[in-house]
Amino acid sequence: MSSVEQGQAVQSAPAYHTNDRHPAPERISGEAPRMQTDNLTVRYGVSTFGIRDVSMPVFDRRITALIGPSGCGKSTFLRALNRMHDLGADIEVSGAAYLDGENIYQPGVDPVVVRRRVGMVFQKPTPFPTKSIYENVCTGLRLAGIRRKSVLDEAVQKALSDAVLWDEVKDRLKSPGGSLSGGQQQRLCIARALAVEPEVLLMDEPTSSLDPNATMRIEQLIQQLKQQVTIVIVTHNMQQAKRVSDYTAFFYVGEMVELAPTPEIFSSPKQPRTAEYLHGTFS
Amino acid sequence: MTDTVLPALRSRTLVPARYRAPGDRVFKTVVVVLASGIIALALAMAVVIYLEAAPTFRAFGYVSFLTETTWDPVAAIHGALPFILGTLLTSFSALLLAVFPALGVAIFTAEYAPRWLAEIINYTVDLLAAIPSVVIGLWGIFNFAPQIRDAVYMPIYMWALEDAEWLVPIIGAPSTYNFVTATLILALMIVPYTVALSRDAIGQVPKEQREAAWALGATRWEVIRNSVLPYARTGIIAGILLSLARALGETMAVAMLIGNRNRLPFTLFGPAATMPSVIINEFREAVEPLHYSSIMAVGFYLFIVTIGINLLASWIQQKLSLTKGTL
Repeated sequence: MSSVEQGQAVQSAPAYHTNDRHPAPERISGEAPRMQTDNLTVRYGVSTFGIRDVSMPVFDRRITALIGPSGCGKSTFLRALNRMHDLGADIEVSGAAYLDGENIYQPGVDPVVVRRRVGMVFQKPTPFPTKSIYENVCTGLRLAGIRRKSVLDEAVQKALSDAVLWDEVKDRLKSPGGSLSGGQQQRLCIARALAVEPEVLLMDEPTSSLDPNATMRIEQLIQQLKQQVTIVIVTHNMQQAKRVSDYTAFFYVGEMVELAPTPEIFSSPKQPRTAEYLHGTFS
Repeated sequence: MTDTVLPALRSRTLVPARYRAPGDRVFKTVVVVLASGIIALALAMAVVIYLEAAPTFRAFGYVSFLTETTWDPVAAIHGALPFILGTLLTSFSALLLAVFPALGVAIFTAEYAPRWLAEIINYTVDLLAAIPSVVIGLWGIFNFAPQIRDAVYMPIYMWALEDAEWLVPIIGAPSTYNFVTATLILALMIVPYTVALSRDAIGQVPKEQREAAWALGATRWEVIRNSVLPYARTGIIAGILLSLARALGETMAVAMLIGNRNRLPFTLFGPAATMPSVIINEFREAVEPLHYSSIMAVGFYLFIVTIGINLLASWIQQKLSLTKGTL
């Protein structure tokens, strides 16, 4: 575990610090971070680094896109934000990740609780195929112990409406989740994640298995969602990052090279490696 | 370069390949013959068994043969009910006994156990499945059956005689080889199958399905209940039905341990019989034509029952396939 294990209020979280390799743009320090990582490092086995010393904020109710070439650690970073790495064998996480000023990696923190506050949507749509649409959305609520039918009904309608799926499925809530199209399935998964009202929603290439039309709908949805939830989205598609995000972080070989407001990073990247990647010198 | 290589590769004609490549046709003929041979063989077997059994059906009738409670070759009375009941009762009881422990082992090795322990358990389970049933029968005859009779059945019987006389006709006087012992051994024999098949079904659940449940804040058991078991249910049920089919057809160990009583009523601690056990015990002595054809008839019904179970298995599998229906 890291040297930083006091996790109190937001103010006491370490300031977004930087070194020569990770210069912090002054402009973004004005925003309030919802999450903040501090030298977050993920190791596979003994010596392979997934990510190395990543320190960056995730701003409240903003969309942060993580871009970079395959294997650069962007998904690894994302999954470290809700302790999904706990589930893999031989994965070691060090450093700290603060959620509202509290280190989610400090001893005594229940990863199950962390995941209820930091939801996740995956690359491939993962509805539970044997459960109905209604029950899919309910899953998280039932796990949280909610039994009252009226509460569940209301939450399901709200989550499906927020995911812009309600009108398409309201007449067949009892049919299986697997019967929907790919794009609908992904929106169902978003609704399922939203139903438990997470503070942060992590999205791991949520549109990479969808057609352009479905992709467009999800992107519009993401834009709407930032009113209520903080979003971190991994994308291999730079255009998507440009279209949907407020901030973009460029990852390269396990390090976070540059974080900046999206228009800025695309127009005038500060780091030469960012510029090279964005201009297609390598990919 | 292109001028020298390509003309040799390029076909000069648009005539379909099947007229130019005899190898294609030969191969197709061979596989078609082999595949239809399997079907023909199964049909021929069914027909032959039926024809051999026909005298019995003529003598007793299809239904009366099934409902007659006595099997007495000396008196030339042949009824299959004791064996059909014996087979169904032993198989379903064994299945009931085996399923939950087996599922427990499968879930433990797939979800909870550290890898080294899971490997040891899996290896042992596979080993158990490979033990010839006659060896298990031997162990049962000389070790398990007498011991469990003295340690368990006798005290229960004694207690029933004293305090619960109404139980006596159900449990019966303990004999060394009996219904319960055969069922227990049968359960033991199908556990490895159920474990292996449901373990494989659980192993097929994609990582994404588990992670989806984890990401919703599920605990380990909740992940298994919400995501793993529903996804694997088709495979698990198929595994259970295959285990049942194995239990129905299991011959050697059951014939060695069930005590072979050819008439109803059976008692729990008394001898009984199954369809396979009566066939294996009597086929050598079946010199009377009616006796012989009655054994064939028992075989014919066993054939029907196992085919029925297999059809049921595939029907359930279709019914529960992931794209159709919710449970």
